[in-house]
Amino acid sequence: MSKKPSKGGAPSLDMTPMVDLAFLLVTFFMLTASFRMAEPVTVDPPSSIGEVTLPDNHIMVTIDGNGRAFFGISNGAAKLAALEKMAQKYGVAFTEEQKKKFTGLPSFGVDIKDLPRYIDAKEEERQAFQPQKGVPLDSLNNQLRDWISNGGAEAVKIYLDAKDKAEGSGQEFKAEKPRYAIKCDGKTKYISVKDVVKTFTDLKIYQFNLITSLEGSSTVLGPKKN
Amino acid sequence: MAEIAEDGGGGHKGGKKRAKKQSTKIDMTPMVDLAFLLLTFFVLTSTFSKPKSMELTFPVPPDENIKVDNEVKNGVTFLLTKDDRIFYYEGQFRAQAEGDKPATVLEELNFSQESLHKYMLEKNKWLQDEIKKVHEKFERKEIPDTTYKRLVKAIKVDKDRTYTFLIKTDDKATYKNVIDLIDELNINLVGKYVITDIMKSEMELVNAKTGG
Repeated sequence: MSKKPSKGGAPSLDMTPMVDLAFLLVTFFMLTASFRMAEPVTVDPPSSIGEVTLPDNHIMVTIDGNGRAFFGISNGAAKLAALEKMAQKYGVAFTEEQKKKFTGLPSFGVDIKDLPRYIDAKEEERQAFQPQKGVPLDSLNNQLRDWISNGGAEAVKIYLDAKDKAEGSGQEFKAEKPRYAIKCDGKTKYISVKDVVKTFTDLKIYQFNLITSLEGSSTVLGPKKN
Repeated sequence: MAEIAEDGGGGHKGGKKRAKKQSTKIDMTPMVDLAFLLLTFFVLTSTFSKPKSMELTFPVPPDENIKVDNEVKNGVTFLLTKDDRIFYYEGQFRAQAEGDKPATVLEELNFSQESLHKYMLEKNKWLQDEIKKVHEKFERKEIPDTTYKRLVKAIKVDKDRTYTFLIKTDDKATYKNVIDLIDELNINLVGKYVITDIMKSEMELVNAKTGG
């Protein structure tokens, strides 16, 4: 450039566009971020080329490396309704406060008899909660089955109600139908997964989303999906 | 933090007198610092991707009143076991030789590029070639996309020329093995695969191979 001698003052640079952009990004990230509650277990799902994103409206069974099953529903209202039905069936009483707190929990893996105590536990203590053996799913005491059937029925009901309401008022209806998802650690023995799948198929549910992490393209070559 | 007070601030006579040339600029450095700090924090902690998933449909248990032909035609059975090992056999399982057909012998594969992937490419060559042909037609806009989809589907379920893959696991196989195998089948555009229970006789063969 020109050899104009500098005038001695501090060289200044107009940083306005950069700062604008920085604030824009900050705003964007702050508004889109939603803080997740810690899951009771850490599960590391295997990777796959599956590109279907998990629908927002789902009923999820998580299976950890030791074969414990954890149950969660994304829809708070369905979760609450399922809890009420389960409480009635198993004769466990929940206070209003516990019910409210329960809807905010991500997933749980305790016997329903221990659930009130689990809800009352502090968030930091939940991971170490005892006994956390997973939701029972053996044939004698298959609570998982009841959770799935009650939760599924409630979620579908809420979906249909919303749909009817939207159609009644002539609005476009956008919500997704609830889906069943299984999230499982890569190291879990497949037979534990089979037990959960059997619980689903016994309820005549045959379609699932198996949750996987996205595959790095370097590991699999092969022909690209057309 | 250190601040560089430029221009001296116009003297230290804090009285009523105001310097005429006092600049109206504010030092925005701390604010920008904070903004970038937040930006970095959110960029690093946010996970954009919602979890990905693969959709899978399990078979409806067959109605007991309906007789099904159990003869496996063009079938390949994968048996998954410990240490990420895969065994497979083709066609019908035979514990003993029947007539001119020899007893089933298990072959071994592993999850590497040269083994399973190669095997799948070989088995699936007809399907892949056909789909490629249809795809080329589609690219040249000779067929509309509905026809394209229909043709691809027809190829995938072709009974005589494509294989049906059965996935069976013993009690030592992990979930990752199953997902990896299904993934490999998906990569190879396999249309028909199913996860079913292992038979006792198959288990015995696997155990003989793995030694327990």
